[in-house]
Formats: sequence, structure tokens, C-alpha cells
Amino acid sequence: MLSGSLLFKQFREKEVGTITLYLQYIVNGLTLGAIYSLIALGYTMVYGILKFINFAHGDILMVGAFIGLIIYNALTGGEAADPGAWTILAFFISMLASMGFCAILGMAIERIAYKPLRNANRLAPLLSAIGVSFILSNGAAWIFGTQSRRFPYPFENEPIHIGAITITPHQIVIIVVSVVMMVLLTSFVSKTRMGKAMRAASLDQSTSMLMGINVNRVISLTFAIGSALAAVGGILAAFDFRVYPSMGTMTGLKAFVAAVIGGIGNIQGAMIGGILLGILEAVGAPLLHIPNGMRDTVAFAVLILVLLVKPEGILGKNEREKV
Amino acid sequence: MSEILKIDGISVSYGNIRALSDVSMSVNEGDIVSLIGANGAGKSTLLKAIVGLEPLKEGSIAFAGETICKAKHHGGLTTDLIARRGIALVPEGRRVFADMTVEENLDMGAFMVSDQALIAKRKNDMFELFPILGKRKKQKTRSLSGGEQQMMAIARALMSGPRLLLLDEPGLGLAPLVVQNIFSTIKLINEENKVTVFLVEQNARLALKSSSFGYVLENGRIVLQDKGEALLQNERVQKAYLGA
Repeated sequence: MLSGSLLFKQFREKEVGTITLYLQYIVNGLTLGAIYSLIALGYTMVYGILKFINFAHGDILMVGAFIGLIIYNALTGGEAADPGAWTILAFFISMLASMGFCAILGMAIERIAYKPLRNANRLAPLLSAIGVSFILSNGAAWIFGTQSRRFPYPFENEPIHIGAITITPHQIVIIVVSVVMMVLLTSFVSKTRMGKAMRAASLDQSTSMLMGINVNRVISLTFAIGSALAAVGGILAAFDFRVYPSMGTMTGLKAFVAAVIGGIGNIQGAMIGGILLGILEAVGAPLLHIPNGMRDTVAFAVLILVLLVKPEGILGKNEREKV
Repeated sequence: MSEILKIDGISVSYGNIRALSDVSMSVNEGDIVSLIGANGAGKSTLLKAIVGLEPLKEGSIAFAGETICKAKHHGGLTTDLIARRGIALVPEGRRVFADMTVEENLDMGAFMVSDQALIAKRKNDMFELFPILGKRKKQKTRSLSGGEQQMMAIARALMSGPRLLLLDEPGLGLAPLVVQNIFSTIKLINEENKVTVFLVEQNARLALKSSSFGYVLENGRIVLQDKGEALLQNERVQKAYLGA
């Protein structure tokens, strides 16, 4: 009997250990997912209005990370700087500056590479986007070199222990910044005149023109906002993933998967899809004993599953309803 | 009375198919003018041409004495700029923003208005004109019935305070009683708000009864034009459109 209860105790301890381990994975997944969400928003907003996948969007996050890093290093002296109030302030300054830069870059790309093709074959803007993607990543390699750079933490990144779960200040920053961005975006599209015009244009472009809405301006604004959010995603990802010219490729692709899972064209869908994908990836890989180097498999397996079971995504609408 | 809309010899083609050939017509300020014709006669095309959604192959369109649409590239204004001049179109099939609430749809109608007090006043006017919209203002527009959506579309167009209201088949697919109701509202809007109305309709009797002047469009050409009552008495109109 004694040995029996000892066995039971051991079993319970193991089980509790497993639960906390998975809670830890969920926390990690949440932060990864928040980054996917920020980037997925750009894909989904552009798709909502233009029914077009901006394949250069992933590279915008790379540009955002580089610009953020350069400004941060210029302000603080980079690695040599001691983390403190000034480095944290400098970090947010460089994030805002990078958002501004990427917003302008996004609008310029739309003007030069997509707008002239708006009435062309559907394939043309897609190919143009792939071209832009290569130009951005090769351009970055040319200017900055191909070696990866570290984005120094602007704060002491000492892990904080809450019970058995560990969370780093970096993870907290990711979650707080992402939540702030998503709340701002949500209130922008639901409360402001331009935000509502953006929704109207994605529902029915020619009717919104009848309301006096300048659809070209709405499209520019959409690219600006999407690109600024990608810059934030790129900078937040940079601490863990480092900064290098092809950093946007896989993260961008997975954010696109997140947008599809959530229902492409739907803003809330992109937020949910990103978080969900992050968690599934962080939990699914250890659960299915997928080696770390192959954990990207999870995202794409989920994508295929969603496409098979609910092709319009979680919050997406069946296209047939659109008539 | 002054001429508010002047269409001068316009032609519109879809590829090799001529949708409108050499159409000329005019609408006087303060009037209700209707254009009747069968399905596929080119009625909707004409309205779309006026707001710049269909490019002209020939001819021109002037609003309040200024050219807004012209044949050839960069001849006319873009649709949003034409709307800003004071033309509102209630499109065929209503085209409400289904995923937005009734109130948000009205906000979109008032996109060009910057005076918040004026927007609030117009919203109240609309809720008085169409009480059902006031009751449903927080509902998604997709939950409205066809008749309610038509009222929504008209209210949305009026939010901008247009000088000229274009209506594309406001009675299409609605119950006769609802259609009557909508037409009497259109008359009310015309009389009280001094909005000039140009409407396109398959229901010729109702349209001509409400109009001071009418045009008949067949195969993309204007074949008849006269006072509303005169057209109602016209033998050709009676045979083709009134089932007499």
C-alpha cells in the first residue's frame, strides 16, 4: 500500500511537471504568435482591398528590423551600451522611426510596382510582388552584407519566474507592444472615418467611390499601416532571430499562413490566426516530437489541414456569400 | 428652370457590343425624370456612365454647367470627384455595405461631410424618413430585408446632401406595397429637400406617374421622350411597357 501511494505521488508529480511544461510552451507560443499576428495583419488588410497577396510583405519586416537596429545603434552605441532608461527610450524611438520608414516604403512599392498593374492579369501583380521581394532582400544583402547581426536587448533580459513558468522581459515587451498595436488598429478601423472607409473599400470598391471615397488613397494608407506593423513585428522578432537579409522569408510566409488560417481579408482573423499558429507551433512540435530544426512543418501542416477542412479560414467568409 | 444634367451624344461599348449609342438627354433642376426600358436596354450603363464608372466612347456629360465625363483618356473626373460635385447614385442591387451596421453605412454616405453636427442632423432626418432604419441602426445591414436595404441605400445616398440623386431600379425585387412606399418617399425627398431625381425603372407606370419628364431607352438608343403623363398615354409605351 505504501509503495502504491508512492507510485501515485510520483505519477502526479510527473503529470504536474508536464502541465507546467506545456503552460510554458503556450507562453512561448503566445509571444511567437503575437509577432505572426502583427505581420499577418498586413497581408490580410491588403488582400481585403485588392484581393492580392503582397509577397514582398515579409521583406518589409526585414527592412524594418535593419532600420530599427541601425537607428538604435546610432542612438545608443549598440552592444557597448548599458541597458537602462535611455536604451529603452532609444528602442521605442527607433521602432517608431522604423515604422515611419516602412510605411513610406510600403506606399512607394504599391505606387511603383502594383498600382500600374491593377487592371492587368491577376498574375501580374503577384509576380511583381515576388520581384519586389527579391529586390528588397538582395538590396539588403548588398548594403548590409549577408552576415546576421544581433539586436542587443535594450533592457536586462533576466527571466522572471512565475510559479514554474518562466517569462522574459522580452516576451512581456512583445505581448504588450502587440496588444497596443492591435487595439490601436481595431479602434482605427471601427471608429475613425478613414478606418471605416478602409472597411467599406474592402467590402465594395466601386460603391465606396460613389460615397466620394478616394480608393487610391485608402489603398496607400492600407500599405502604410500594414508595413508599419510589419516593421514592429520585425524588430520584436529581431532579438531572438537576429537580423539578416533573408529573415523575412520564413517568418513572412508563416504570417501569411496565419492570415489564411484566420480567414484572409479579416482583421480579427489575422490576429487570432497568428496567436493560434504560434501556440500550435510551440506546443505541437514537442508534443509530436518534431525536432527543433523541422518545427516549421507544424505551421504548414496546419495550413493544409485548414485548407482541407475550412478553406475560408476561421473568420473568413465563404466567397459565394459575396454576390 | 435650369438644366442640371446634360448628356450630349454619348456612346458606351463593352468590347464590340454597343451598350449606348448617341444618347442625348437633359434633366432640369428640381424635377423627377425617369428613364424606362426593358432589361438590357442600357439603363444601368447610362447611370454608371454619369458617375464615371463606365468610360465614354463618344460624347460628354455636363453637371451644373461643367463637364464631368468626356470621351477619350483622362477626359473626365474620377467617380469620387463626381460624387463630390453633388451626384449620388443608389446603385442597382442596392450595394449596401453588408458587414457594416446601418449607422456605419450612413457614416459612409456622409464621408464627404466634415461638419459633425450636420452629419448628426442628417442621420436624424433619415431616421425620421425611414423609422425602421433608426430601430436597426446598430444592426449589420445584411440582416435587413430587401425593402429595408433599399431604404438604407437611399438614405446613405442622401447623407451627402446631393443636388442630383440617381436611382437604379429602386423597385427591383420588392413587394408592390414596398415599391409604392419607396416611390412616395422619393417624391417627398424631391419636394421637401429640393433634390433633383433621375431614376431608371422597369416599372414604367409607377415611374412615369411620379415623373415630370420621361425617356424611353431601347437597345441603347433614346426612342421616345416626353412629359411623364404624355408618355403614359403614348401607344407605343402602352404596348411595350404598360401591358395595355
